[in-house]
Amino acid sequence: MAIDFKTDETFRDTFTFRNSDEAILRFPFPFPEDKYMYSVNIEPHVKDGNSPVFRSTFDIDEHYVAECRERALTLERDPLRCQVLDHMGPAQWDTLELIMESLAEDYPGHFTLERNGDQWKWTNRPLGLEQSFTFGDDSTLPCAPFEYITRQAQGDFVLIDQRDDNLFMDGGMVTTQADWSLDFDLGMNFVEWHGPVPLAHQAGIFERALKFLLRMQLGAPVRRLNWTMTVNPRLDTSPESYPEWGADRASVTPQNIGDKLHLRVELQTLFRLPRSNAILFGVRCYLIALGDLARVPKWGKRLHRVLSSLPPELAEYKGITRYRQTAVDWLAPLDDGSALSGGTHPEVDRLGVELV
Amino acid sequence: MNASRTIPVRVTHVEPVTQDVRRFTLESANQSRLPAYSAGSHVVVTMRGKERIWRNAYSLTTPAGTRDAYQIMVRRVPQSRGGSAFMHSEVHEGSELEISMPSNFFPIARCGAKHVMIAGGIGLTPFLSMLPELAQARARVEMYLCCRPEDEAVFTEVIAKRTTGGVAVYTDLCDARERFGDMLAAQPAGTHLYTCGPEGLMNGVARTARELGWPASHFHQESFGGGSHGEPFIAVLAQSGREIRVRSDESLLEALEREGVDAPYMCRGGACGTCALEVLDGEPDHRDFCLGETERATGGQMLPCVSRARGERLVLNI
Repeated sequence: MAIDFKTDETFRDTFTFRNSDEAILRFPFPFPEDKYMYSVNIEPHVKDGNSPVFRSTFDIDEHYVAECRERALTLERDPLRCQVLDHMGPAQWDTLELIMESLAEDYPGHFTLERNGDQWKWTNRPLGLEQSFTFGDDSTLPCAPFEYITRQAQGDFVLIDQRDDNLFMDGGMVTTQADWSLDFDLGMNFVEWHGPVPLAHQAGIFERALKFLLRMQLGAPVRRLNWTMTVNPRLDTSPESYPEWGADRASVTPQNIGDKLHLRVELQTLFRLPRSNAILFGVRCYLIALGDLARVPKWGKRLHRVLSSLPPELAEYKGITRYRQTAVDWLAPLDDGSALSGGTHPEVDRLGVELV
Repeated sequence: MNASRTIPVRVTHVEPVTQDVRRFTLESANQSRLPAYSAGSHVVVTMRGKERIWRNAYSLTTPAGTRDAYQIMVRRVPQSRGGSAFMHSEVHEGSELEISMPSNFFPIARCGAKHVMIAGGIGLTPFLSMLPELAQARARVEMYLCCRPEDEAVFTEVIAKRTTGGVAVYTDLCDARERFGDMLAAQPAGTHLYTCGPEGLMNGVARTARELGWPASHFHQESFGGGSHGEPFIAVLAQSGREIRVRSDESLLEALEREGVDAPYMCRGGACGTCALEVLDGEPDHRDFCLGETERATGGQMLPCVSRARGERLVLNI
């Protein structure tokens, strides 16, 4: 299956990012019900399920080339977006092996991995890269193995060490994040880095999730979806660059909202890594403009209901308070109030007319 | 968690290590490479006998990261008619077995300032994958082994090949506190202690460490994990009156699925609570991370993805 990469898209300044009709229909819509509340919505990361983006271990889509370039731009400006603590060396090679093996298996037309003992050769056709190297020998790659491979992947990656019955954020490549900072969180444990999340602590969600993750096993990865909203198709909404995007929140009007406001969905995946016994946490970001999303009638209606009923603490935490009502008002005429089927399936083969 | 993925392997080599311990070399039966694993990992070996199936956990004894072949060491338990006897009498070079994906409930504390290992007999096996990694990292390590006199020479050699740290071997019986009390008391702050061996030794070391104020976070005991398997029982579905036999090697949820009962689930690991069922009669053996103490005490709910029955029957409101 050949992917038609949109190589010239931008995620800053000119914001030329757009989803094709196919990309809209395969969007991982995160709301199976009309109301949203936190839950431990973890399920096995197997290659089926109710969204096409689950069919590969690491989903590659039409934005791949452009997202890799966007990552390089962010790293050039702020190298601290990629940091790994010294004791995570084996986890770096584990990550490289997992991503290379998965991409080569899932997208043989785009990626090839040839192995002869420790002598490996990696071919990445979309980015035009070829690299021969010795597995386990850092000096045979142009940069450290974790940085090398995550520069060629969509989405953020966090390396989590397991010790003392807790998990520690001891490395990461974080350039497409929903307003959190690797540089700030590096070295924190599971409870510490989730400190700012409202409501979920009281519900005991983190305690349960931690116990579950500590027992996560090799070969049995899991996933969940998370979401927020972003003004403009901007991948790098980091605390470090807040001065560049914070003011955008005040730029949403009833006239421009369909184009400007994006639902931001994170496909979060967790893998036990083999040599290091660490955990790789993938946070893959998908963006969709409100106007595009509403071309799937069920999704437009459901988003209207979810945003209308969202608890104020959650709206505040997700940073959407300022434009939430504008979004609800814009979506309201599209929602006839009819009962919607459960689940997230779009239930259409073709999209409705463009609304904006 | 249901680590249901299994790996078919072929036994390529069987060698005696001591009088009653054999080393088995396992290679993938379908030409693919085995998954890499971390130091301290074990696999669960499925042994299909004529009458019944055994599933035993064995530590992997080759250095972590190995993908060409795994090795395990199996001691024949005296008077055993179980898995270890099967491994010794029925498994030969060329035999095919199934193993689980490697998992690790006994990892190295990599940030530890020093590592003290205490093993009893065949309990030395998990340390055999840990010692080379610690040697490579130039970590401070001390290894203490208690074993029978006839095993001393061989076990000492097996350990010496893998470590650069100190090794002490004891072949006489002695109380754990008397033998290890002074040594444990003298360890510098930041030392991690690991034990694996017979229950008496493990309990003795645990008691001694506790009495000396050893922090729980720095004390590690090998365990092969609870999981969702255990004694077989019968699940009675109250609404239809159906009875479903839950085998020892499957979870209640898997048994329900096998019988075509539509059961919702998500995590399959006792965390999310999606699969909760109402219990009308019988005592559940709760193994989840989801239900609180109060919820368990008042009964009524259980998670079939991991939890089982304490008795022979469990009546469920489905």
